[in-house]
Amino acid sequence: MAASASSRSKTQKTAGPAEFNRDQELHAYREMLLIRRFEEKAGQMYGMGLIGGFCHLYIGQEAVVVGMQMAAKEGDQIITGYRDHGHMLVCGMDPKGVMAELTGRRGGLSKGKGGSMHMFSKEKHFYGGHGIVGAQVSLGTGLAFANHYRGNGNVSMVYFGDGAANQGQVYESFNMAELWKLPAVYIIENNRYAMGTAVTRASAQADFSKRGISFNIPGEQVDGMDVRAVKAAGAKALAWCREGKGPYILEMQTYRYRGHSMSDPAKYRSKEEVQKMREEHDPIEQVRARLLREKFATEDELKAIDAKVRAIVAEAAEFATNDPEPDPSELWTDILV
Amino acid sequence: MAVNILMPALSPTMEQGKLAKWIKKVGDKVKSGDVLAEIETDKATMEVEAVDEGVLAAILIPDGTENVAVNTPIAVITAEGESADAVPSAAAKPAAQAAVSEAPTVAQSSDLPAPPVITIAAAPDVPAGTPMVAMTVREALRDAMAEEMRADEDVFIMGEEVAEYQGAYKITQGLLQEFGARRVIDTPITEHGFAGIGVGAAMTGLKPIVEFMTFNFAMQAIDQIINSAAKTLYMSGGQMGCPIVFRGPNGAAARVAAQHSQDFAAWYSQIPGLKVVAPYTAADYKGLMKSAIRDPNPIIFLENEILYGQTFEVPKLDDYTVPIGKARIHRTGKDVTIVSWSIGMTYAIKAAEELAKEGIEAEIIDLRTIRPMDTDTIIASVQKTGRCVTVEEGYPQSGVGAEIAARVMERAFDWLDAPVLRVTGKDVPMPYAANLEKLALPNVGEVIQAAKAVLYR
Repeated sequence: MAASASSRSKTQKTAGPAEFNRDQELHAYREMLLIRRFEEKAGQMYGMGLIGGFCHLYIGQEAVVVGMQMAAKEGDQIITGYRDHGHMLVCGMDPKGVMAELTGRRGGLSKGKGGSMHMFSKEKHFYGGHGIVGAQVSLGTGLAFANHYRGNGNVSMVYFGDGAANQGQVYESFNMAELWKLPAVYIIENNRYAMGTAVTRASAQADFSKRGISFNIPGEQVDGMDVRAVKAAGAKALAWCREGKGPYILEMQTYRYRGHSMSDPAKYRSKEEVQKMREEHDPIEQVRARLLREKFATEDELKAIDAKVRAIVAEAAEFATNDPEPDPSELWTDILV
Repeated sequence: MAVNILMPALSPTMEQGKLAKWIKKVGDKVKSGDVLAEIETDKATMEVEAVDEGVLAAILIPDGTENVAVNTPIAVITAEGESADAVPSAAAKPAAQAAVSEAPTVAQSSDLPAPPVITIAAAPDVPAGTPMVAMTVREALRDAMAEEMRADEDVFIMGEEVAEYQGAYKITQGLLQEFGARRVIDTPITEHGFAGIGVGAAMTGLKPIVEFMTFNFAMQAIDQIINSAAKTLYMSGGQMGCPIVFRGPNGAAARVAAQHSQDFAAWYSQIPGLKVVAPYTAADYKGLMKSAIRDPNPIIFLENEILYGQTFEVPKLDDYTVPIGKARIHRTGKDVTIVSWSIGMTYAIKAAEELAKEGIEAEIIDLRTIRPMDTDTIIASVQKTGRCVTVEEGYPQSGVGAEIAARVMERAFDWLDAPVLRVTGKDVPMPYAANLEKLALPNVGEVIQAAKAVLYR
């Protein structure tokens, strides 16, 4: 037992990513592009004053959630923090409903009462959307607990950032998840900055794949800018959980291009750093280049996908702009069942 | 199609800013993500990125312009090859601005809609001739949980020492033996984590009972209780409920000092989305616990360690429930209303006995539920007696008694013959020394004194 525990506690780098076939490449391209265009539009609408309060954009990190979702199966749950629009879109939640929630309208997925950080869909197995950093880790472990209790074979995919990874309840949850062999994949989206604080300034152990070692939870570092690497690592982690072996940690090494939230001047990093990531590691450009190189698609076909995605986003923005605000009577509804 | 680039708001409060510098020139090709310009606010310098692809056809606001209002067109992007004639004039009111100022609203009236009136069915009368059994509060709680666990596979209990140890206060005695380790779960000493796990499980429709060894330790978990359990239904527009019971002893026990002797009734009673229960008798512990487990909302079930061993008569019925939100008139009287709950009832009852010897008939209301509060029962009693005293072990400031006093003042001012008086725990951390602890808690004498004071006797 001791021997197996020590061998399991080693973390590892994933090997080269498995290749995608044409359908997979096109699927990944379309899904990531939808998130990118949606977020760009959300940023624009925020600038126009249509979206209020906090708005955290996922631009740059698209490969993480798209790759994981490609590895998941129907019934697996998703829970995340406040940078959540991409997670909702990839679950198949209606872009119009997401955008209308951002603008606080009655057709929003939470009737306009939740906002950017608080949307949910039981039907799509999306459990939020949580504004308290790290809270979703215990809640997501609770989803895994429910899967285990019911024996339904589903896995809870618990997303959190490098900042949340330092919260105490994360480790309380790790302990119980491994103790009870709960099916949870902990996906740490390491985008290098917790708001304005670089990982190395906040984390004594900046290799987040090692954060489960003292609980015997295996972990891997994954190139989170390569959707193929994400999917491969996700498939392995999900299989581990489904086999009843307990939780698994995936550190997704990713990058957010935009500020932490809309009002972030991003003076904690250089423009060159951002530009270099965009030019050399952009998750969408990587797929696009492969699609063209492998002759999976022509420029025109990709343009057609782009036009379709833009149309979806434009329709969402249009709906979110013109949909009425909630009826004042909604103030008093949904407080208790 | 030509697209106006508007002066963006970079924060919810920004109304204007300085257009510090254009990075792109007229005629430059731009694609989404390209930095177009830099904008300065009083807080920071920010970059404006392009969202649309095309050619920067015109710059409408030059470098260095101060006080540019949010949503002013600052530049125009046209599709490649499009005529510059397509450039709309800067004076044209941008559609987006119209959208902001004229966001459709439902009611023009600024009147706040009235909150809904919640009606709670009265407790069904126990049928005449129902046999009663003597039972401690401890046994009543255990039986209630066991009955609900037998009836519903989705109900489980988790907490520290609830299983193999049989409960730190023996409330869960025998449950592990009957229901097994899958449904009676010992947790590590990690309140924040297991409260969150319970809430997450409840969001999927399971019905957890989360035991805190005492509610003092629930402060470690209060973020999950309030931010996750209580608010999610509202934030999800009614989609995602949280059927969970948080239970455990609350308030002072005996000689365990400040960190283990706090009453949290007032804290939780402030939170919309929670129901807060604090019973006194074993019958109410049993009936309210069964109702709490069946309730689709998060329930704070405040128990009292000193009451655990006390014996009361409990109706011998197969399925005895008590509705949440209904007070119980423990003793009728015409002279003064005493409102209390949980351990506070012990002071109220003894005081009423003493007062009766002096010809004062006190009416005692056992509130049972703190939220939603059964204000109607209190008001009806005060309208009869004209006087009101509240009794609680919690702190005076913003306490439950303060809330009751406010409600009585709002709804029964004209019936009051004296100010409402509160008997509370003293405004100090609980001391350890036996004599000081006694002084810090309310006592029967203080209740008698308060009742006489509102009667001017």
